[in-house]
Amino acid sequence: MKQIGCILRLAIALCALPVAGVAADQTVHPGTYYLSETMKKLQNDDVANPGMLWVSEGEELWERPAGPEQKSCASCHQRAEETMKGVAARYPAVAEASGELFNLEKRINHCRTTHQKAEPLAYESDELLALTAFVAHQSRGLPMNVRTNGTAEPYFEAGRKRFHQKLGQLNLSCAQCHDDNAGRQLRGDTISHGLGNGYPAYRLEWQTLGSLHRRLRACSYGVRAVQFDYGSPEYLSLELYLAKRAEGLAVETPAVRK
Amino acid sequence: MARAPVRISMPSEAKKGEIIDIKAILRHPMETGYRVDRVGKKIPRNIVTELVVTYDGVEVLRWHLQPGVAANPFIGFSTVATNTGELVFTWTDDAGTVISESRTLTVT
Repeated sequence: MKQIGCILRLAIALCALPVAGVAADQTVHPGTYYLSETMKKLQNDDVANPGMLWVSEGEELWERPAGPEQKSCASCHQRAEETMKGVAARYPAVAEASGELFNLEKRINHCRTTHQKAEPLAYESDELLALTAFVAHQSRGLPMNVRTNGTAEPYFEAGRKRFHQKLGQLNLSCAQCHDDNAGRQLRGDTISHGLGNGYPAYRLEWQTLGSLHRRLRACSYGVRAVQFDYGSPEYLSLELYLAKRAEGLAVETPAVRK
Repeated sequence: MARAPVRISMPSEAKKGEIIDIKAILRHPMETGYRVDRVGKKIPRNIVTELVVTYDGVEVLRWHLQPGVAANPFIGFSTVATNTGELVFTWTDDAGTVISESRTLTVT
């Protein structure tokens, strides 16, 4: 009953809010903008930020050989500080050869299976999170700049459609919260613009680092909609749309979120 | 995870008598013992119970942790630089795992 009460209150609260100020004439702020001073401090302190523990692990994994040929990430890509700089800012991206949309997690696993000939890492495993966070961290501070034209266009359009599609028992689209009501209070929290530029991020609620898809699954659950799989095409195209929304904003991985 | 990563931040050099700031974080789930898994089975408690820091063989910090402490416990503290020596950080958890890391402080 308590849960139903919560859902009702949420639905009523959202209905009562005026539908105004859509993204076009609104400055899009990163999630950090809505954090308390304490949490901003936590995110900016590389020792206190717990997400950095995964970045450190990723740094180790980068050098660790895998597969029959005992190749590590570093065997091909050498120093991540140089070769991976700016990569996260242009992901998700379409692979020229296959026309497939890749996010960082999928790209890392693609490398593992085709080049290292090793087993792929499970989505949301500490290893994959660590490598993803380590790679993304090399772009920290660089502006997000994904390609949405050419081969990426159908994915981008699918993502845009998903963002505006009403979903779940609460019949809410992403846009209704993260465009129409960003910056306003939803119970104890402030609604953000729903960007992915800090992911993988350390959420206090999770007490661990998590991927953007885990966060999207939480949103799907929140509106009582179908939760798509980790790495599913639905979330991948949405990730591309979110990355475009964050254009020009700095990569913050590993961010700290509530 | 083969090895629980630790991140420690402190200066490597200091002047004698100087107060130095030290920060340390350990990756640990801090499982409270109050949670249950998907089939309702109790997840056994596994928290870090203690962090001891010694400096040149002298204990400078002892922290008793409780189940209310969040995962990946972080601590910031300070000490006075006395002589050149090793700071040894030792965490112990309920499962009996002991994680030890050391850093050298050169005092001039």
